Order: sequence, then C-alpha cells, then structure tokens
Amino acid sequence: MSLLATSPVLVPLATVVATTLAQKHPRLQALLSFIGIGVFFVCALLLVAAAHSDQPAQAAFGGWGVPFGIEFQLDRTSAALVLITALMGLASLVFMASDADPFHHPLLLPLVHGLLVGVGGSFATADLFNLYVWFEVMLICAVGLMAIGGRLDQLDGTFKYFVLNLFGTLLLLMAVGMVYAVTGHLNYGAMAQAYAASGSAQFMLYVLVLSTLSLSFLIKAGAFPLFAWLPASYHTLPAAVLALFAGLLTKVGVYAVLRSLGDVFAPAPAVLYEALGWVAAATMLFGVLGAAYHWDMRRILAFHIVSQIGYILLGIALASEAGNAATLFYTLHHIVVKANLFLIAAIIWRYTGSYDLRHTGGLYKLHPGLAILFLVPALSLVGIPPLSGFWSKLLVLQEAIAQGRVVWTAVALAVSVLTLYSMMKIWMEAFWKPHPRADWTLPTSTRLGWAWVATIGLALVTGAISLYPQWLIEYSLAAAATLGGR
Amino acid sequence: MIWVLAATVWVTVSVGVYLSLSRDVFRNVLGLAILGAGANLVLFASGRLGSDLPAVVPLGDTVLENAANPLPQALVLTAIVIGFALVCFSLALVLRLIQRADTDDATTLREAEPVPGADPKPPYTPAAHEPPWPPVGAGTEASQARAAGGQA
Repeated sequence: MSLLATSPVLVPLATVVATTLAQKHPRLQALLSFIGIGVFFVCALLLVAAAHSDQPAQAAFGGWGVPFGIEFQLDRTSAALVLITALMGLASLVFMASDADPFHHPLLLPLVHGLLVGVGGSFATADLFNLYVWFEVMLICAVGLMAIGGRLDQLDGTFKYFVLNLFGTLLLLMAVGMVYAVTGHLNYGAMAQAYAASGSAQFMLYVLVLSTLSLSFLIKAGAFPLFAWLPASYHTLPAAVLALFAGLLTKVGVYAVLRSLGDVFAPAPAVLYEALGWVAAATMLFGVLGAAYHWDMRRILAFHIVSQIGYILLGIALASEAGNAATLFYTLHHIVVKANLFLIAAIIWRYTGSYDLRHTGGLYKLHPGLAILFLVPALSLVGIPPLSGFWSKLLVLQEAIAQGRVVWTAVALAVSVLTLYSMMKIWMEAFWKPHPRADWTLPTSTRLGWAWVATIGLALVTGAISLYPQWLIEYSLAAAATLGGR
Repeated sequence: MIWVLAATVWVTVSVGVYLSLSRDVFRNVLGLAILGAGANLVLFASGRLGSDLPAVVPLGDTVLENAANPLPQALVLTAIVIGFALVCFSLALVLRLIQRADTDDATTLREAEPVPGADPKPPYTPAAHEPPWPPVGAGTEASQARAAGGQA
C-alpha cells in the first residue's frame, strides 16, 4: 500500500476541488491549477522511477486486500502513460494563457482537471469495474467541456459524442458483468489466473466475452467502423482543450485494449487478434481517406487521430512482446505529436483568422519559424526519418513483417503516403501559397508567448525521442516484458 | 427464474436499442436510459440467481453460506447512480439542443458536420463553428457573452 499509487487520482481530484472553490478569482484559480498539474507531474515522475526500478507503486483499498479490494497498480506501461498525461495537461494549461482560440469560463479548469482524474484513474487501476467508473468520469467531464461553450454547433457535437460514447460505456458495463460471471473476479491479476486455469470447454465463452469487452473499448478508441463520433465533435472545442482530447482520450481506449488482450487475457483466442488486425488496417485506411475530403485543419487532424489509432492497434494485434512494446512507444510518440499539431493549428488560426485552409496562406514569408515548427510534428506523424514517427512505425512494421503480415504492412505503408499528402496539403495551403486576401497582414497585437512555449516544448520532446529513441525503446521493451506475465 | 430475467434483459435491450435508433433526439436519450437499465440487469445476473438470503454473516458464525452474492448488487448500485447522473445531464443537453436548434430531428442537426454529398471544395462561407476573429480578449463584453453560452 503506497500513497504514491493513488496520486494519479488524488492530485487532480484535489485540484478540481481547489479550482472549483476558487472560481470567483481567476488568477488564484489559474495558480492553483498550475500547482496541481506541477504536483501531478512530479508524482508521475516518481511513479515512473518506481516502476522502472521494478517496484511498481501499488495500493489496495478498504482493508480487503488483493484480489477483493479495488487495486491500483502502476507498472511501466501505466506509469509512462500517467507521465505523458501530466505532460499533456501541463502543455494544455500553458497554452490556455495565450490568446490563440481562447475560451474563458469559471468551470473550465475544474473540468480539465476532472478529465485528468478520469484518465489517470483509468491508467492506474487494476480493477475492471473501477476502469468502467473512470471511463464514466472521463465521459462526463468531456461532455461538460464540450457543452460549456453553449454554441449550437457545440451542443450538436456534444450530443453526437455523448450518445455514441454512452453506448460504448453501456456495452462496457455489460461486458464487465459477463467477465465477472465467467471468471468470478474483477481484479486484473485474479482474472488472469482464472483465465489461465480455464479449460477448452470455456473457449467459446471467452471469445464472446472478450469480443464484447474489446468492442466497447474500440468504440472509445475510435476504431473503424465506430469512429463517427470523433470527427463530428472534436473540432467544436477550444484549441487547448481540443489538444488534450486529441492526445489523451482515444488513447485510454487503446490502453484498455492493450491491457485486456495484451496483458490480462494474454494470449487471447487467436481469432480476436486476427479480427483486431483487420480492424486496425481498416481504421488506418478510412481515417486517412476521411481526412483527404476536408478543408478545416481541425477536421483533417481529427481524422488523422483515427488513422494513427489503426497503427497503434496493429501493434496489439501482432500479439507479441515486440508488438506490445511498439504499441507503447507509438502511443507515447503519438500523444505528443498529435496534441502539438492541434496547438500549432490554433496559432495558424490566430495569425490568419481561419481554420479553413481555403482562407489561410502566406505564413511562410511572414513567419518562417512557425512553418518549420509545424514540420516537426507533421513529418513525425508521417514517419519521416529521423523523427519519432519513423522509429515507432519501424517498430510496428518490423514486427508485422517478421510475422509475415504482408497485407497489413502494405496498408500501413500506403497510409503513410496518404498522411504525407494531408500534411503537405496543410503546409502548402497555410504556409506556402499567398493569402487569398491581398490586404492581409499579420495581426499586430497578439499574446502568443505561452503558445510558443507549449508548442516548442512539445516539439523538443518529439526531438528528444527522435534523436535518442534507444532509451524509450528499451523502456518499452522492459514494459512489454512484464505484460502478460501475471 | 434465470430465464425470466434473460427474457426481461432481452426485451429491455430491444426497447432501448429501438428507441435510441430513433431520429427524435429525446427518444434517443430515453432509449439510452432504458439500455442502461438492461445493462444493469445483466450485471445483476452475473452474480447468479441462487439464493435470496441477505449477505449477512449470522451471529456466532464466521462463514457466509447460501447467501446471495453481494458484489453484483454493489456494482449495480454504483452503475445506477452513475447512470442517473448521465440521464440527468443528457435530458438537460437535449432540452437545450431542441430549444437552440428549434428541431428535434437528428438528421437535420448538421451544425457540426458538413452535409454529405456536398462539393468537396464548396465556395467558402464563414462557417458558424469558427471562433470569432480577431479574438476578443478576456473581460470584454463579447467574450463574456460567448462564455455565457451566447445567450445574448
């Protein structure tokens, strides 16, 4: 039992309370919010250090003891994801201090930290029903953040997001009931033991239960064909919150798939991995094709979230230690890159006055620094060496080829080319071509200092992963080695 | 008894799915609420329906025998509470949506999405979903109106 293991929930939760109480005093609220995220970040660093020295932080509540009490356990995978959550929260809060796509509401900061509670809890918990509860916490905070602006398009987006995600959550609840009925446990470790002890008579039962469970997680992850809610709603959010959503929320669904198919119920029936692989290939392809249609930068990038989820799921579908390591590496790289792209899109909006690529342009001449900054995450998303996206795609595809999965590899490579098309479309339209309005000039009074700090900071993280990938690859391999060994 | 419960789950889930496939946004969230009740029944059934004895250890005994499984009951209670909060939120959301959009037909609610079949590069119209530009700073009248949900 360690207090540190509860920090991914307790620290943001305390921040929610503090910022709610301080909602009449915006400066105090911002200060409390930064203190909260700072403490969260330090705790996450300690969690990673503990996990990496093979003493993962662990806690069981209520004096029941494992496996009956609710357990929190942060192995290398969970701890790394909690750390990246804290980093994203920090970047998003720093970005909010600028005037790029600004939004002010007294309950904005409490809801953002509430979202972090849900995300941190999902990564920390080692109990399936508890995972469902954190998904609900995430859902209610997410719909709160969407609806809080109150514009008609935001309400419309909220409705679509809410209905499809609530359906996924209800499916998850049913799946939790079925898992309990079959294994008699909700604790990850105990479920894994019950699964390992089960005979072949229960094979079909597990196929049914695990496919329901995976389906509910895949709805949350935005996988094909259940991603419609994502591009329909994300672009209505203000930029800083949008970056947080884009970075974290779908990845919690992916983490849940990894935890169930790659860890607790590993090795799952082969038919599930096979199905997951095809779902991943379709997700990659249809996500990137959806992006080609659009002109709104936020919609293009939202479709690319879907596409990249496909790559991450492919790593899980390969069902090997190398595949799981690739999944973790890809997730960490992707969260940083994706959030950064949305933040840079908001800076482009501040300078040119539109998210619509038909009404932007001319930025390369007047702001070459931004053009180069954009290229770092954009080319990393595509997978151009030596950026971090190259290493993550290399890890996934190396394993796919080693297993002889030619079709999936071919789809993944083709999708990379289409991703390059999308990124070049943004670059040509926003930076290279002249601005469609002849009398357009850069706005004179901007407050973008903190926006630059956030985006350059995230670009530096990408740069660090790109130039020194070895330490993160070794960490991911060590994390994957502990998965499935319950 | 388990078959009665199974039939109940079947009917509840069918009704829930049918309603949530409706174009009417209000029926849609009602359907989800009923679907939630179906999920709760599944969760309840996961503890097996054997005994209806309360899960209390009799005085002097140390082992609980032949009692109902209390864990699914606790899970269902949690799920009911969470579901109740979400239903409340969804009703408020739908009410506001119908008031603002002046329609309850989900197919005409296209504020946040382009219409399918439209030209991939239609003539530019300042989209309603773009934030105001040049942006208004904190504390000005316009930003407060925006923060208050554009009620002005």
